[in-house]
Amino acid sequence: MAILILTLLALVFGLGLGYTAIRFKVEGDPIVEKIDALLPQTQCGQCGYPGCRPYAEAIASDEAEINQCPPGGEAGVQSLADLLGRDPLPLNPENGVAEEGPSMVAVINEATCIGCTKCVQICPVDAIAGAAKHIHNVLDAYCTGCELCLPPLCPVDECIVMRPVEQTIKTWKWNNPETLKESEAA
Amino acid sequence: MKSLIRFRGGVKLPGFKSLSTKSPIQKTPLPSRLILPLRQHIGESANPVVEIGDYVYKGQIIADSNSFVSAPIHASSSGKIINIGPYTIPHQSGIAETCIVIETDGKDQWHPNIKQCDVPGSLSADQIRKKIKQAGIVGLGGAVFPSSAKLKPTREIDTLIINGVECEPYITCDDALMRTKADEIIHGILLLRRVLNPIECVIAIENNKPEAIKAVRSTLARFKEENIGSVNTIRVVPVPTIFPAGGEKQLIKQICNKEVPQHGLPYEVGVVCLNVGTTAAIYDCIYQGRPLVSRLVTITGEAVNHPANYQVLIGTPVEDVLAAAGGVQASKVDFIMGGPMMGQVLPDTGVPVVKATNCLLVKTPEKSKKQPVQLPCIRCGACANACPMQLLPQQLYWHARGKHFEKLNHYNLTDCIECGCCSVVCPSKIPLVHYFRFAKTEMREHEVKSKFADQSRLRMLARDARLERIKKEQEERKARRKAEREKKKAANQKQKQISESPKASSG
Ligand code: SF4
Ligand code: SF4
Repeated sequence: MAILILTLLALVFGLGLGYTAIRFKVEGDPIVEKIDALLPQTQCGQCGYPGCRPYAEAIASDEAEINQCPPGGEAGVQSLADLLGRDPLPLNPENGVAEEGPSMVAVINEATCIGCTKCVQICPVDAIAGAAKHIHNVLDAYCTGCELCLPPLCPVDECIVMRPVEQTIKTWKWNNPETLKESEAA
Repeated sequence: MKSLIRFRGGVKLPGFKSLSTKSPIQKTPLPSRLILPLRQHIGESANPVVEIGDYVYKGQIIADSNSFVSAPIHASSSGKIINIGPYTIPHQSGIAETCIVIETDGKDQWHPNIKQCDVPGSLSADQIRKKIKQAGIVGLGGAVFPSSAKLKPTREIDTLIINGVECEPYITCDDALMRTKADEIIHGILLLRRVLNPIECVIAIENNKPEAIKAVRSTLARFKEENIGSVNTIRVVPVPTIFPAGGEKQLIKQICNKEVPQHGLPYEVGVVCLNVGTTAAIYDCIYQGRPLVSRLVTITGEAVNHPANYQVLIGTPVEDVLAAAGGVQASKVDFIMGGPMMGQVLPDTGVPVVKATNCLLVKTPEKSKKQPVQLPCIRCGACANACPMQLLPQQLYWHARGKHFEKLNHYNLTDCIECGCCSVVCPSKIPLVHYFRFAKTEMREHEVKSKFADQSRLRMLARDARLERIKKEQEERKARRKAEREKKKAANQKQKQISESPKASSG
């Protein structure tokens, strides 16, 4: 008798679940969105794809590993691993190394800029303003620090360089008490 | 009379107050240089309205702002502007911000327009508000919220609380002020009452300051006797000595039994809270016409030779102030701006005294440096009992270590007032409040980064769409040109055919 009841119950729930799965089917590919939301959107292409979204698509379709994004760093790999229920991997050195320290933005040396527009064309977030044969300018508020505009793209030596974003009271951070603890123990 | 409500949490701390209350208030000498940061208050920083080389009088506005939540900066003495540029400000980070530097001329001459007001009684509420705004008055209890922004509440005010609690150990500047300038405070309250029309006014004073309570009470009695103003609705309420009884939310709970909503302001529950020092500054600005150019600072700590309360010009370098207090005995000491619980360790002593500086505490390294060994959390719950904001520090600690931002939000990290009660009671000596300060800055960075990432994502999409459009347009143009060319060709051919056909027919 008990077996019969259990079987019946299983059948009922199974049907219910099957129905909801069809009835409330989610459109689109939400996993790509979720992965993309975790990527830093630097759009640097170090992962081997032409931007963060294409990389997200590649991860979703198992074409790429989760450890190919240096700007995201180990923390980024960890959050991707958490999302996808995978084991975190160390960053793949082939894609570059995660840079510690303050974030960087590009600056153009107005004295040497020849106005070739190469940087304007490559900037993935339209952060460089300037017309042909005119000096170009980087809009700090938009620059992701992807470094795509640096030489060899820029034909002039030392014309575009990266500089650290200046720290302010608003961006200053307290040190991590955990690290203090370690240094004390050492 | 309503009875006092005890707020939840808080800790009893040793006061160390008598250190600085033994000697009377003194004045620090005029320094040769005044450094005035443009941001000394919450809200927009002020913009310079003077240039290098200008001569300024004491009390002249040197930086101003149109923003509602902001305050102008005044020259605190007369002299020449010698620089406008970045100087280290009194902040834990040691970061430099724009400051205006005045080389004083020793005359300490007030601006000729600054005069006593003969008719303070006839000023309208709006005139008083405007004068308070122009005087650059901000909350002098340390929160430095522009006072003018508190004086235009969008609902009726039931209670005006004048905060003379001063619950942090070591600090006594409000105590000293109440003992010596009670009548200025009460004149200030009478002015505020004309602006806010509260039903009642409460002067809250911690019960470890009997002399201040006595002074304010007897001054109130004198006002009544001499009929200086109607003081019937003003009463002094001693509150128990427990830290942080002077926190705005905690005080409102005690006096009015009201809870200020999360992320809300006191006026939303019909309360406005101002510090006693701020109230005296309001008196100064209306009666004497004087803007906020100096304040009382407690200079204290076992390492200071003459601890006391000093009237200090805003912008005076800390080293000058310490020299006026007889210098410092030990060579390796921490300089703290504010109290031992919520103060900031100063990067160096070249930084100036600002509007927020209620105390300069010099602590010997034995006391402030030795860090106890931190043990694992034993889940005793002492921290949660001590937290005056009813948070769960133990949970916050766990999630701060793991940087679980969502969880930190869930446990209301942003409500933490960084009072440090949890750290004090923790038997495992976990520096909980340090973790929370750290986590707050981490969380802020995380928010900024994700906003920036969203912006970059959109800009990338917009760029892709634009490139796509350009490509399509180019293709269309190409196609159109091709079609035109073909049409022409066809037409040409037709013409050729036509021109050829007669030949053919004739042929
Ligand atoms: S520091 Fe924050 S968490 Fe700790 S007791 Fe104070 S308000 Fe509560
Ligand atoms: S007081 Fe310290 S040991 Fe006790 S629960 Fe809080 S963090 Fe843990």
